[in-house]
Amino acid sequence: MEIPEELRFTEDHEWVLVEEDVVTVGITDFAQESLGDIVFVELPNVGTKVEAGKAFGVVESVKAVSDVYAPVSGQIVEINEELPDAPEVINTSPYEDGWMVKIKLEDSSELDELMDADAYQEFLENEE
Amino acid sequence: MLKKTPLNNIHRALGAKLVEFGGWEMPVQYQGIIDEHLAVRRAAGLFDVSHMGEIAVDGPKALDFIQLLTINDAAALSNGQVQYTAMCYPDGGVVDDMTLYRFGQDCFLFCVNAANIDKDFAWMLQILKESAMADVEIRNLSPDYGQLALQGPASAAILAGLTTTTLEGIAYYHFEEGTVAGTPAIISRTGYTGEDGFELYIPAERTAELWEALMTAGNEHGLVPAGLGCRDTLRLEKKYALYGHEISAKISPLEGGLAWITKLGKSDFIGRDALVRQKEMGVPRRLVCLVLEEPGVPRQGYPVYAADRQIGEVTSGTMSPSLRQGIALALIEKDFATVESAVQVGIRDKKRAARITKPPFYPKAG
Repeated sequence: MEIPEELRFTEDHEWVLVEEDVVTVGITDFAQESLGDIVFVELPNVGTKVEAGKAFGVVESVKAVSDVYAPVSGQIVEINEELPDAPEVINTSPYEDGWMVKIKLEDSSELDELMDADAYQEFLENEE
Repeated sequence: MLKKTPLNNIHRALGAKLVEFGGWEMPVQYQGIIDEHLAVRRAAGLFDVSHMGEIAVDGPKALDFIQLLTINDAAALSNGQVQYTAMCYPDGGVVDDMTLYRFGQDCFLFCVNAANIDKDFAWMLQILKESAMADVEIRNLSPDYGQLALQGPASAAILAGLTTTTLEGIAYYHFEEGTVAGTPAIISRTGYTGEDGFELYIPAERTAELWEALMTAGNEHGLVPAGLGCRDTLRLEKKYALYGHEISAKISPLEGGLAWITKLGKSDFIGRDALVRQKEMGVPRRLVCLVLEEPGVPRQGYPVYAADRQIGEVTSGTMSPSLRQGIALALIEKDFATVESAVQVGIRDKKRAARITKPPFYPKAG
């Protein structure tokens, strides 16, 4: 189970890469494994306002529909245009090519709510 | 406490993702639903279907009883032949769909859905009692049997090396009793995938041994273990019904696309009067095939729209691994059930364009 050190994580299995006031968001290796073959992704439009803890998109596998939740509040400034045509990239490269959106942060203190790699690892172990 | 098939440890050792299905712990996938689906279409897949039920009906009046109980014409069966059939309630709703095997004049075996074994057995006993027929014995043999489904174009090549039975001699929807890898087996040329293949019924305690023998023999042919996930996508591409979706207590065989096995001209059977009435008044709902013309995955329960209103709903849907498009079966008002018509499927808050198409979804005609 891959858990990159430099990322932060949510309890809904989203990962966050922080670069000043813009964060990149995707779903974790654990999430893509649980879902199985991903066949459809629904992303918001650029400019959409998102709220921490609220769903901003959907990821679908053959068997399941799964909401993706915003880890922080802010505005969508970029979306991964490659994903809708190749959703399976989330399975093969969840932390890199499988990135979903970039959000411009409203309130950087929200980052403190997120888990670091060690905390996420422990969280996964307790979930089992 | 979930029931387990004899292969539970083998599934775990193969790293299968296990889920609950009809009270059983079953593998939904091993390497991935799409890979397994494509492997079955191109080479072969091996399915553990030991959770399915087997109910024997024997005796001098067995055929008469089965004719009363089921909607298809069992008298058409010769020994060694299999028939797809169903049992209905008096109001025309479906109790279960099943396959029926004829071993002899008075000797039959039903293969029934795993989730319905107890319900079906109780129903049969009840009908037998109410009919006051003597000379019929009904036995639930489900715990005694294991079952494996070997499906795909390479199936016969894989199986041939493990049995002296001449497989070319077994036509589609026929069976023979023989031996496979030293295990006594009913070798049935049937399946739920639309590919050539065999369903093998063996003593439960020999299931693991046969699985291993088939996997070894199948190795050079590209045989992979296949789970319930691709079992569903494979059958859906061929428009095969799944109980609880296309047929149920609330969906008659005439609505659910099974008019072809409903022999209304047969001697009386349970549900016949209701079905004759339904046919005379015009069957109000029809099962259609839908292909999505925009990205999206249709699923059971999603609404179907036409002429600005809801006209029905999806009974089963998925992303077709063979077509790479959303496909669905839907039960809709009969007036809208015209091939090539445009409809919409409601997916969350959007209406996605779809088209009614002729079955099967795969392969596509022309």
